[in-house]
Amino acid sequence: MNNTSRSKPQLRIGCHQRCLSHFAFKPDTAAVTDGDTSRMNLFQAINNALEIALESDSKAVIFGEDVGFGGVFRCTVGLQDKFGKDRIFNTPLCEQGIVGFGIGLAAAGATAIAEIQFADYIFPAFDQIVNEAAKFRYRSGNQFDCGGLTIRAPCGAVGHGALYHSQSVESYFAHCPGLKIVIPRGPIQAKGLLLSCIRDRNPCIFFEPKILYRLAVEQVPVKDYMLPISKAEVLVEGDDVTLIGWGTQVHVLHEVCDMARDSLNTSCELIDLATIMPWDQETVIKSVKKTGRALIAHEAPITAGFGAEIAAVLQKECFLYLEAPIFRVAGYDTPFAHVFEPFYLPDKWKCLEAIKKLINY
Amino acid sequence: MIRLISFRCSSIPPPKTSLLNFASYSLRNTQSILTRILSNEFFGLTDGRKRFHSESIRNQQTKQIATVEPVVFERPDYPSINNFRSKFIEKLHFIDPDDFKGIPVYRVMDRDGVVIDEEQDPNLSREFLTKIYKGMTLLNSMDRVLYESQRQGRISFYMTNYGEEGTHFGSASALSDNDLVFGQYREAGVLIWRGQNLEKLMAQCYGNCDDLCKGRSMPVHYGDKERCFVPISSPLSTQMPQAVGAAYAFKRQNSNRVVICYFGEGAASEGDFHAAMNFAATLSAPVIFFCRNNGYAISTPTSEQYRGDGIACRGPAYGIPSIRVDGNDVLAVYNATLAARNLCLEESRPVLIEAMTYRIGHHSTSDDSSAYRSVDEVQSWNQKDHPITRLRRYMERKEWWNNEKEESWKIESKETVMKAFMNAEKQPKPNYLEMFNDVYDEMPDSLKSQVNDLEEHLKLYSDNYPMSSFKQKNR
Repeated sequence: MNNTSRSKPQLRIGCHQRCLSHFAFKPDTAAVTDGDTSRMNLFQAINNALEIALESDSKAVIFGEDVGFGGVFRCTVGLQDKFGKDRIFNTPLCEQGIVGFGIGLAAAGATAIAEIQFADYIFPAFDQIVNEAAKFRYRSGNQFDCGGLTIRAPCGAVGHGALYHSQSVESYFAHCPGLKIVIPRGPIQAKGLLLSCIRDRNPCIFFEPKILYRLAVEQVPVKDYMLPISKAEVLVEGDDVTLIGWGTQVHVLHEVCDMARDSLNTSCELIDLATIMPWDQETVIKSVKKTGRALIAHEAPITAGFGAEIAAVLQKECFLYLEAPIFRVAGYDTPFAHVFEPFYLPDKWKCLEAIKKLINY
Repeated sequence: MIRLISFRCSSIPPPKTSLLNFASYSLRNTQSILTRILSNEFFGLTDGRKRFHSESIRNQQTKQIATVEPVVFERPDYPSINNFRSKFIEKLHFIDPDDFKGIPVYRVMDRDGVVIDEEQDPNLSREFLTKIYKGMTLLNSMDRVLYESQRQGRISFYMTNYGEEGTHFGSASALSDNDLVFGQYREAGVLIWRGQNLEKLMAQCYGNCDDLCKGRSMPVHYGDKERCFVPISSPLSTQMPQAVGAAYAFKRQNSNRVVICYFGEGAASEGDFHAAMNFAATLSAPVIFFCRNNGYAISTPTSEQYRGDGIACRGPAYGIPSIRVDGNDVLAVYNATLAARNLCLEESRPVLIEAMTYRIGHHSTSDDSSAYRSVDEVQSWNQKDHPITRLRRYMERKEWWNNEKEESWKIESKETVMKAFMNAEKQPKPNYLEMFNDVYDEMPDSLKSQVNDLEEHLKLYSDNYPMSSFKQKNR
């Protein structure tokens, strides 16, 4: 991994056995109607989506720290050679500048694809995102907007990222009307959702689970396609418990589905929420009304994590259908510590135990 | 086409070694006075005690060459400095801020409206200057009426522009009307110059149904797409990196447009100022940073805001041509902005203008400035050096203006303001459902259900809400 960046320590994804053991990647399969496919991992699928976005829209530009040579995670590799330095360019090392600059580009009619090197470093741009990007259309009475802005940022646990290379920050932004927040679980979905975000007429934040960059490999359709934002996906159908997750956690829950079937004789329904805001309430509510039980799992700390929002909506909408309290399995209310990561994560064993409690309630 | 653009973007213009170069470049036709002011003065020696290091080196080398043997002149080759500029020195010397003289304040006319160097007079036409003068005085009248209206509780908040009218009109009149404006909040004059009528400005302050921004923001947070004026937001300096992004987009569009970004000297302390200056320079964005240095950020005097030589001195540190102008001199502001605009377009790079002025009014209607500065100080600026008075004297010298005209214009402008005011006050506020629109381009389902919630609620409780002040039907 060519991962050179300022004071951020070197990360070599995949070198630690323990980080790989917390989930098993379950690849998706492209439909026959999707046409030709090519084998891509997550970073290649992102790269492919960016290439298509730039080809199909001459107003589109990509910028951020170190994106010019291909990015510290290789997501923009080859793009500067193909599209030129005025479309793919490095910025000074300043997150508030990157997002502010992107808002201005979008307000002037460009398609701005900004990269924040790690989601952990998005906070210097919090003001620009929350006070500016999210409110731009609203406060101008729809005269101006920055809908052409997409912010990409690697997120989530990576095995050894510690406090500042591991965070899942989605719920900070979920509290802010005007933004769309999307997190894919694999290459096929990432490509389709990223293209949708880039072309959506609202400012979008696209969080990429960095542990999947190399590890997640699928046969990705080579054509230009988009997947709908604000649409959850039922990946496994079941009758007893609804499992809700996004990003890497979907794969943890996928394994938990199998484990619950084998060891608890329990049929789980697995939902990938995919879009955090505005989220697909209908799909989730429908599932929970059917199963009567819900488990929400995410890597971010539990208190005021997005699971809390889902749980609150579910208890209001599904009160008469619920057979047990809604369970949340999430990160603890601590910073994300280096050597303790295996104990911190909401892994399959913690999720399985929660299912056991749910069905025996 | 793409090749051309990419060349323009990647090429770094040759380094400008001093403000003199910038000034002589940008004011090609009218350079003599600036040359006089700046030559030998800027970035020069202050006295014998503090020597500029280049000279001490030269002396040293002369000695060595004379007594020992020829020394091959070695230059530092670190990738992180401009090697055309830097050399080694062998004496320890900190660059002291006092090594530099204060950046001079460029002016065209004195306080009596007398042009100091005829070559610097932009010779604007009678119509043009009359439009500027009328605009400045109209803004001043509107300020008085709206300030009073806030005191009477008719609008919730207001910020006047007293003393800074010259910066608005001097700069706006030098721009093209489709140059994009990012403001802070004390730039209403720019909108008036671009033909926005007072009804619309007041509609914004009242948040009535004529407000282009649909009553969502506090008063004076104007925004007008037609006049290329990006909506004001309260968070300071956030508009600065945005302006840079917009300028970059314009450059790629080959649109021949520039962006102007206004901000106060207090806002220049925000991190976004730094971001914007650095991005603009490294990405070669055609943006004019226009700083209104009026001495105060609410109660904080500049002595507690910065220790350097104001804002203008920061420009060269970012590689940005910079100039300081007399903000109460409309003609100086006009000249500087016009030259800056040309420089932006011709060299595709940013320019910084620091306009020195004085905030005559309170910070806002929520502020009583006598709590931190003397009334005498304010009065003295109001009387001895005001942009409106100065322009009026200039025009009187040309016999383009006189007491008679002033009197009739006073009556006419007062009528205009009062008519707009009465009209704005009469209009209902937008329908309350406008609260829910434009959060996204399309309303999400979850928000639709909140619309229903409010409507159901109002069916039962509307007596408790100010329904009659709001339009009944949603558009």
